[in-house]
Amino acid sequence: MLTPLEKEALELSIRVSALALAGILPPGILAAWVLGRYRFPGKTLLDGFVHLPLVLPPVVTGYLLLVFLGRRGVLGSFLYDTLGITLAFSWKGAAVASGVMAFPLLVRAVRLSVESLDAGLESAARTLGAGPVRVFFTITLPLISPGILTGALLAFARSLGEFGATITFASNIPGETRTLPIALYSLIQTPEGETAAARLCVISIVVSLAALAASDILSKKLTRRLRG
Amino acid sequence: MLRVDLEKRLCDFRLSLEFQSVESGITALFGPSGSGKTTVLNLIAGLVRPDRGRISVNGRVLFDAEKKIDLKPEERRIGYVFQEGRLFPHLSVKGNLLYGLRILPEGERRLRPREVIDLMGIGRLLDRRPYSLSGGEKQRVAIGRALLTSPRLLLMDEPLASLDPERKKEVLPFLAGLRSELHLPILYVSHAPDEVKRLADRVLFVAHGRLVKDVPAEEAFPSPNGAPC
Repeated sequence: MLTPLEKEALELSIRVSALALAGILPPGILAAWVLGRYRFPGKTLLDGFVHLPLVLPPVVTGYLLLVFLGRRGVLGSFLYDTLGITLAFSWKGAAVASGVMAFPLLVRAVRLSVESLDAGLESAARTLGAGPVRVFFTITLPLISPGILTGALLAFARSLGEFGATITFASNIPGETRTLPIALYSLIQTPEGETAAARLCVISIVVSLAALAASDILSKKLTRRLRG
Repeated sequence: MLRVDLEKRLCDFRLSLEFQSVESGITALFGPSGSGKTTVLNLIAGLVRPDRGRISVNGRVLFDAEKKIDLKPEERRIGYVFQEGRLFPHLSVKGNLLYGLRILPEGERRLRPREVIDLMGIGRLLDRRPYSLSGGEKQRVAIGRALLTSPRLLLMDEPLASLDPERKKEVLPFLAGLRSELHLPILYVSHAPDEVKRLADRVLFVAHGRLVKDVPAEEAFPSPNGAPC
């Protein structure tokens, strides 16, 4: 049903997005919790920094990633020298790029549910003898899980569609960083590529709809568990 | 016994109180809305930090500004029943009841779940979710949940205020039962004279963040003609 090229691009896209999501979930939840719960000096700055990938042209984000995480970049050279990891022009780099692009969407969704969470429930748990860490894992986290799910879906979908930052930071290497949107772009550049491009387009739509449906089912299940 | 000497400034409101509770039984904190009653409970529970003063329960110091003692809420061993119950919506009644008990070391447990469930009459509700409970049932579960942490002091913030008269009648006997069954000081906040008259052993009148009057319950609300009510 799928050509080897399509299969390759689809598998790569899912792999890249899954890694991106796994990478941004913990810091994303933490950032959302801090921004939604506390007031502190520099909060506006942190908020702005989190939202930066949403407002910057993706190519700029990709370029900045190259500057910092490229093999000669500030962080990139450290990663290469100590751990032998090269992110630029690899599928892990593509995951970094799409993770960074998806980060603000995740934080926004989780933050909404942190803000709507009744802090009184957390105080009640404290008076019952639970320390802050236990309260976070037994009260806060379960109660904001619908927001986490929504945020994770948005982030995953955003990662699947990521183009600008990825092609800038990780380039367009078949089988390594040529994800669905980049493969689609390549086909459009190729003469006679229209049919193949149309097929990829349909595949993208199906994958996105499947993700949406999966999250919908999960979210209903979660809500039932939370509300009974 | 609870001993309190506290000062706290919140915006333009100033709270300054000194009192002690009865050894065992219900001490009512009585006063109009906005007189600082709930703040007193939050200060005692450790949810709000006093500016100055000292709090001790049965001789154990929970807070002392001068000696820089300030135990965290989870270290104070105080049960707190909130006005709105605050049951955890993602846990069953049983999960709510056992939340604090599970954290408590075995040797510290003075009340068994069975006793508390019987005392509060919530045996039939164990598998239900909080959303499906009536207001009165919620409050009984919330009281049970607090009792199961074997507290040294129980704080109750208008536990009947959000209930309609029928539900109040349903919960009142359980509160009266607490007083007679458990050897435990209870600080009970209310602005309803009939509740206080029925439940309290001692009544502290509070207004504008200050203690106005501290009397035994029978002298708190004299009936107009002097006849016992």
